[in-house]
Amino acid sequence: MNGPDFAYLEQRLGVSRRTFLKFCTGVAATLGLPASAAYAMAEAVAAKRQKPVVIWLHGQECTGPSESLLRSEHPTLDRLILEMISLEYHQTLDAGAGHDVEHHKDMVMEENKGKYLLVVEGSVPLAQDGIFCKIGNKTMLEHTEAAAEHAAAIIAFGSCASWGGVQSAAPNPTQAVGAQAVLPGKTVVNIPGCPPNPYNFLATVMHFLTFGGLPALDSQNRPKFAYGRLIHENCERRPHFDAGRFAEEFGDEGHRLGWCLYKLGCKGPETYANCPAVEFNDIGGGTWPIGVGHPCFGCVEQGVGFTKPLFTLAEVKTHTPPNAFPPIDRREQAPTAGIATAAIAGAAVGAAVGATAMAAKQVKDHDSASGSDQ
Amino acid sequence: MNRRDFLKAAAGGAAVACTGGAQARGNLEPAPQAVGMLFDSTLCVGCKACVSKCKEVNGMPPVTLEGKEAWDWASDLSPKTLNVIKLYQHGEGNLKDQVENGFAFEKRSCMHCVDPGCVSVCPVTALRRHPVTGIVTFHVDACIGCRTCTTGCPYNVPHFDYDDPFGEIYKCQMCNQDGVRRIDNGQITGCAEACPTGATLFGSREALMKEAKRRMALKPGETYNYPMGDVSKPGSYHEKATPAYQDHIWGEKEAGGTNVLHISAVPFDKLGMPPLPERSYASISEGVQHTLYSFMALPAVALAGLTYVVRKNLDAPAEDADAIDDKGQEEDKS
Repeated sequence: MNGPDFAYLEQRLGVSRRTFLKFCTGVAATLGLPASAAYAMAEAVAAKRQKPVVIWLHGQECTGPSESLLRSEHPTLDRLILEMISLEYHQTLDAGAGHDVEHHKDMVMEENKGKYLLVVEGSVPLAQDGIFCKIGNKTMLEHTEAAAEHAAAIIAFGSCASWGGVQSAAPNPTQAVGAQAVLPGKTVVNIPGCPPNPYNFLATVMHFLTFGGLPALDSQNRPKFAYGRLIHENCERRPHFDAGRFAEEFGDEGHRLGWCLYKLGCKGPETYANCPAVEFNDIGGGTWPIGVGHPCFGCVEQGVGFTKPLFTLAEVKTHTPPNAFPPIDRREQAPTAGIATAAIAGAAVGAAVGATAMAAKQVKDHDSASGSDQ
Repeated sequence: MNRRDFLKAAAGGAAVACTGGAQARGNLEPAPQAVGMLFDSTLCVGCKACVSKCKEVNGMPPVTLEGKEAWDWASDLSPKTLNVIKLYQHGEGNLKDQVENGFAFEKRSCMHCVDPGCVSVCPVTALRRHPVTGIVTFHVDACIGCRTCTTGCPYNVPHFDYDDPFGEIYKCQMCNQDGVRRIDNGQITGCAEACPTGATLFGSREALMKEAKRRMALKPGETYNYPMGDVSKPGSYHEKATPAYQDHIWGEKEAGGTNVLHISAVPFDKLGMPPLPERSYASISEGVQHTLYSFMALPAVALAGLTYVVRKNLDAPAEDADAIDDKGQEEDKS
């Protein structure tokens, strides 16, 4: 085996071999995989002349997930993602429009039965037979069901597609739900977030391309590598929480000193996401909501984001190191005498011994004196 | 004096003591304007803001581990720690307020008993219950260092500083000791002020008891506006679904009641609370002591007994000698 054909790749993607490998290493790191996996990914992308077909649906949403993906700044990512995969249908990125595009989509889906990747962005309205979101005279529900039927894998990208997002907030007039809710029996990988972190999506796609399967998922079908831990667990402000140092209001001393935002309603203690580790927009330097001084509002978490009031205190889901608590039955260790105490005690004992010796001597003297009298 | 005579004398003395005794007292009533705190374990998030605020207000150093000051490693109440958050944990320990595989936080600090054991046992009134606020305070100028209070407390609260050659007793005085006087100045306790969730709530014992009973009456899952800071004039509220509380307000009745009340979703024996009767230990021991000493009965009986023994012994030698002689003669005969 000669390894990946990077010459072809350089030509195809318009990036250098070095830049491309750097990107793959970054994605592997997001997944928590070793450097060797980066090479496997590079190989997977470079080797396959036949690029995986992607059908991308938009429901009720703001195109935030696509926007965040377009703004990922690792080497010319937009080009990479568009070249790496064969994006056959994407309503906001397609050059074409109208019936031609819809026809193209149907054709591609038919040709690639069981092989294409379906990405759903946005929620599916169910009220009044789903008339609140129609594309090409078909409801979002019909589009989703049709596209999901022969998809190799389905990814719900963004909170709207994952669990309904902002549209599902009370009173939810359109009865908006996530993709999983309308696709019973199908495995939908949820990558929630508002917007979701593009690297969690890229890492999932790369995992699919490289290993031919989906990454490990949690109970809500979210990739564990990204949603396995609370924001609270890896938060850079966590030591301030553990020491009870809180910003009381925006702009106060604690806020300016970077103290914990829990009292301002931060939902980090009940939100599972890797934001503190990955951050946003590749700027670095703590560029993510909590990093720039705003409490997390729990956008990825159903029942928290768009549901709980912004400044309501969060439920703290767990207690984890580095904080340590003494167990209930722990008692303070037996005290040991300090140096000063020992010195004073020693002096007291010394004085007592000395006094006793003197007294004994006097008694002896007295005895011998009285003895000589007799 | 033989064994039989001694027991007879002792029984007589006890009878005198019992008949002539003052009536044993009942539990003390709460002070007229008793102040206290309500600790709701279900609201505690384990941030230890109360612990660090307590150290700040009382000017106490952190407990260090191998000399490193990065963290406060207080593991229990001590002369350096008047307030500590402890953890109940079972199994995987990831379900808040559950007994099985769960965890819960518990605050340890002085409970400010309505009928305090430490005050009762102190021979020199170095520990006092404030007649109006009911705060249990320590007065170093009266203390003789006997440390009886450390054994007289059912919660193991007062601690003596053995490291200090002129050691004192250390315990929570509700931030109202000389030099702090937060309550007298209209402020609330440091821990209640610092608590971000209202898990530690300050107020009068009466108002806190009402608040605790209101929470007991809530249905689990019902949304409730938890006040923060001072229960009579909360700084803000914390809206939250109600947990499944144990129907038990710790401090309502335990050993005569306490001014610091605890409520929880986990049974209190799991949180390390000792099993306590409703009758305060102070009332029992004071009852016994005051009965024995009423009209100086015990000293009088003891003196009478001793006098009898001495007199008997003064007369005894001749009789005893005779007895031995008799016995010896009998043995000779056989």
